[in-house]
Amino acid sequence: MKGKKKRLTGWIVALIWLLLWSLAAAWMGKPLLLPGPIDTLHALVKIGATSAFWRSVGLSVFRVMSGYLAAVVLGSLLAFACHFIPLLDDFLSPLRTMIRTTPVTSFIILVLLWLSNENTPVFIAFLMVLPIIWTHVQDALANTDSQLLEMSYCYRFSKTARLMHLYIPSVLSHFASACATGLGFAWKSGIAAEVIAKPMFSIGKNLQDAKVYLETPQLFAWTLMVILLSLVLEKGLKLALVRIKKQEGRRRKA
Amino acid sequence: MILFENVTAGYEGHTIFRNMNLQFPDNPCIALMGPSGFGKTTLLRLLAGLMAPESGKITGNEGKISFLFQEDRLLPWETALKNVALCSDEQTAYHLLKQMEIEDVHQYPGEMSGGMQRRVAIARALAFGGELLLMDEPFKGLDEGLKKRVADVIKQHAPRIVMTTHDVQEAAFMDANILHLDSLAE
Repeated sequence: MKGKKKRLTGWIVALIWLLLWSLAAAWMGKPLLLPGPIDTLHALVKIGATSAFWRSVGLSVFRVMSGYLAAVVLGSLLAFACHFIPLLDDFLSPLRTMIRTTPVTSFIILVLLWLSNENTPVFIAFLMVLPIIWTHVQDALANTDSQLLEMSYCYRFSKTARLMHLYIPSVLSHFASACATGLGFAWKSGIAAEVIAKPMFSIGKNLQDAKVYLETPQLFAWTLMVILLSLVLEKGLKLALVRIKKQEGRRRKA
Repeated sequence: MILFENVTAGYEGHTIFRNMNLQFPDNPCIALMGPSGFGKTTLLRLLAGLMAPESGKITGNEGKISFLFQEDRLLPWETALKNVALCSDEQTAYHLLKQMEIEDVHQYPGEMSGGMQRRVAIARALAFGGELLLMDEPFKGLDEGLKKRVADVIKQHAPRIVMTTHDVQEAAFMDANILHLDSLAE
């Protein structure tokens, strides 16, 4: 009942915003500057009917997800390595801070000097997600329950047992939230990199072309596609992480 | 025989024992008694090697030592069976849990009562084995009837025991020699 009410509220809110958008577009009366929802939907249907559209969408998702997954794996490994080897942490800490604080556009321009247009969005998505996963997992490791750690030493757990039954379960919920946060960053930075690098068959290139040729309804349609894809990917990730959440819920029960 | 010779120990500048000399009675089970804050847990930690004395020598605590902490310290994401099996094999773990009257060994600690969690922690300490079992307030949260039955299982599995308690009855359940710490602490 509560969920149904919340869903209904969500639909009403969305309709209100659509109405406000329509009113703003009608008031302005210039679809080149602000197309309304109908114009945008029309443009989306038009570009959606082409094979190039789906190819662009597929390749953009592939690029972003490649960078994202690489960052999830390497970020986790670096977190564990830096936790257990303090010297490595000292050595890599400035690099992590530098990646985290440098504006994404600086990186995109710089990376374009080294990598191809195709690979730049992959690397940018990777670079933006890496410190998020790395920091979250390393912080979680540092906060591992000291009493449980002492117990594991006292009962002479093997290194593998300590890793599998203590460290990894301890960081799982932090890892899950870092993955969720990272996905949004990967998507936004990856598309931004595509806009600048303009690889063939990409959402970013289409966004840029729509802007250059003043095809504002198409620009809105591609942006709408970016938002929809982001929501779909987030939903997919949530489903993948549901097991972790369930386990977390069970252990926190009582 | 466990012997403390001129042992000084404490935490971060706070000395709990200064030049303490202590000889444990030659009994399979010793119960350390004394008011809270008199260093019973510290003494167990020194015996287990979980903390080192600032000076002095401890002998008679060589070999494998099992420690039942005052807190249960169970892994919340593992079942009761897995918690115990991490210190032995699954069959021994199952047997010990059954002896501890744990009906469903596949429950998670969060799904168990405090008393059940305590019994799982005791089963784990017994599963680890060793020449010496150190127990810090082992019967915390158990009702009187259970205390006696659990004490019988502990005695059956552990050759030598040093425990802390506030309750003479608990020491009696374990057939323990009582050692009062009141005169040892600073």
